Amino acid sequence: MLGIVFALLFYAATAILVIGVAAKIRTYARVPAPLKIPTTPAPKTGFGVVLRMAREVIFFESLFKSNKWIWVFAWMFHMALWLVLIRHLRYFTQPVWWWVQLAQPFGTYAAFAMIAGLAGLWARRVLVERIRYISNPSDHLMLALLVGIGASGAATRFVAHTDIVAVKTYMLGLMRLSVGDLPADPILLVHLFLVAVLMIVFPISKLLHAPGVFFSPSRNQIDNPREKRHLAPWAAKLEG
Amino acid sequence: MADGDTQVPELSFPLDIPCLKRGAMEGTKPFVAAPEHQAKLGYPGTLVPDWKERALAKMKELAEKNRAFQVYLDICVKCGACTDKCHYFLGTGDPKNMPVARQDLLRSVYRRYFTFAGKNFPWLVGARDLTEDVLHEWYSYYHQCSECRRCSVFCPYGIDTAEITMAAREILDSIGYGQKYSNEIIGKVHEIGNNLGLRPKALAATLEGLEEDIEDDTGVTVRLPLDEKGADILLITPSADFFAEPHIDGLIGYAKVFHEAGVSWTLSSYASEAANFGLFIGSYENMREVSLRIRKAAQDLGVKRIIFGECGHAWRVAYSFLNTLAGPFDFLDQNYPIPQHMLEFTWDEIQKGTLRLDPSRNDHIRLTYHDSCNVARASGMGDYPGGQFEIPRNVIKAVCNNYFDMDPDTIRESTLCCGGGGGLLTDDLMDLRVKGAAPRMKALQQVTDEHGVTHMAAICAICKTQFSKVMPKYGYEMDSILSIHQLVSNAIILTGQDTGGDAKDDDTEDAA
Ligand code: SF4
Ligand code: SF4
Repeated sequence: MLGIVFALLFYAATAILVIGVAAKIRTYARVPAPLKIPTTPAPKTGFGVVLRMAREVIFFESLFKSNKWIWVFAWMFHMALWLVLIRHLRYFTQPVWWWVQLAQPFGTYAAFAMIAGLAGLWARRVLVERIRYISNPSDHLMLALLVGIGASGAATRFVAHTDIVAVKTYMLGLMRLSVGDLPADPILLVHLFLVAVLMIVFPISKLLHAPGVFFSPSRNQIDNPREKRHLAPWAAKLEG
Repeated sequence: MADGDTQVPELSFPLDIPCLKRGAMEGTKPFVAAPEHQAKLGYPGTLVPDWKERALAKMKELAEKNRAFQVYLDICVKCGACTDKCHYFLGTGDPKNMPVARQDLLRSVYRRYFTFAGKNFPWLVGARDLTEDVLHEWYSYYHQCSECRRCSVFCPYGIDTAEITMAAREILDSIGYGQKYSNEIIGKVHEIGNNLGLRPKALAATLEGLEEDIEDDTGVTVRLPLDEKGADILLITPSADFFAEPHIDGLIGYAKVFHEAGVSWTLSSYASEAANFGLFIGSYENMREVSLRIRKAAQDLGVKRIIFGECGHAWRVAYSFLNTLAGPFDFLDQNYPIPQHMLEFTWDEIQKGTLRLDPSRNDHIRLTYHDSCNVARASGMGDYPGGQFEIPRNVIKAVCNNYFDMDPDTIRESTLCCGGGGGLLTDDLMDLRVKGAAPRMKALQQVTDEHGVTHMAAICAICKTQFSKVMPKYGYEMDSILSIHQLVSNAIILTGQDTGGDAKDDDTEDAA
């Protein structure tokens, strides 16, 4: 029974995540940027833009220039999240890829870095007057959700050990559309439920910053307006 | 220190973060455009009865026409990194002048009507209905943003509040709630060709007067040609250059450089304005119409090149948008950048050695340089990223011996706005202008304390006008702000100019 409920939940969440994000990406890609607006100095070549974007998404370059505290917490959280996500691939692959194996020892402890980063960001949201001013309830809830996921996930390993082999069997089953049994472990169920919630809210929340950053004209445009004429389709019509 | 009714903010360092002063700038708003100003731009004269529906329809249209608008409204994570980056926030403490909070004024409405979360759970995501109060709030705070893009530099996603401000102003214009200052000026350009409404005859007389001045000063005949067909270069410069100090000294500088370089050039009475306020109101159509005047002038005069004089946002429109708005320029000489900046030209000539320069003629000046925001963060110079920082400094150092940069956090890409950009250079916003200039003024005071800096150069007509107004409030003379080409003009020794008799000797002769 439990297995079926969570199976339905995960199928629905995956569908919403994939379709929702794909639809958003399609819109972002389709809506034209009518003018060249890279924040300069900007790269003059396509390769330069790839490097700029890489520095932004890997090192959070602009955030680093902006505010070292936010940078420390945000970078710690995001990088730890990557490690944790990579580590989690082991529950969806058989045999487990070598590089996932490699991340295993770091991935387990990354959960703590992740929670610490989130805690830092949350503290700033509460304590710094300016950031408190711009925060909506949803901003706090998002942090709560992520902390909940991190804490429950860490608890399945470090507090009340879950039968992880059974979970893996269940997940591998889901991927082949065969629904098995899920251990009735409350912490595990909380963890899985929160993850599903995160997947569902992804396409309707600020989590869209993940795909969105790649479409930000101030960061992804090449600084070559004098050399190459840039014209949006709707603007071309004005020329008649 | 303060004079007038504005309390000049006391900052202990340029980027000193104030405590939040809620509602501090609530009542501040510029004069509303009169129906005739609106009409010339194709907007309704007064607030239309169905403003709400039309505002929302416009918002939808913008989301479909402009990727930046939609992406920026969606992806802000409220990290707060931009909150202390706006000079208007630093100068006023009003939290709605924090860039993200400024965006939120519009984002909250966008969410309410166009997103799942905002439609169903408005309280959760800070979504709100579009009411008349909201409209007035927009009018007020979207005219407290100079579209300087400083926030965009520091946002992890490059979210540019200027884009949101432009969108908001476009929405307001489209429902008949435009700003007098910008719209009146754009109307003048459509009608006459420049912001000042200067007619061809007056322009010709001004230029003649300047030719006489130069001849009196140097003994050399330097021409400032107008509407000369067949000239190689069309110079497009802000109309302030025809009119006021220190702008006009910059124009004299361009003329001297052209003269020494031995090129033929001309101004145009039809396109006698580099500024393009269509940018400020976010109107592609108006910006395009103003830009097309330049194309037409270039074609009618049969020039081979276009060069722009010193102006910040004009250079943004020229460098980043002109090709888009009024291109392709296949009828011009492709061996030169189209368009080119006057400083690029002058720096080339300096490198070629065509100019005879005596920097000691500027020895009475201890100088710093204010990077204008639109040059720094929205355009470029030369053929490498950052040329817009190096080329002006290179030229300055070639003509001036005493140069000192301000605090590195307040120059180059992190430069602070003068406080008067983006359509705010109007007397009805003087209080905001003085407060918004505070961080820049503090940075200037620092170099004055440390290095005895007496003057500041800028390459933007708005910066120059703004500074000559607000610098006196911070203890400087109004003529402490200079054009770079004014310094060039001082230092240049024209071929045939009597070099034995310098300015000093002239004085003695006068006295004698
Ligand atoms: S820095 Fe960017 S993402 Fe962060 S609050 Fe400001 S606009 Fe939003
Ligand atoms: S664009 Fe400039 S004036 Fe406008 S919010 Fe950003 S920093 Fe402030």
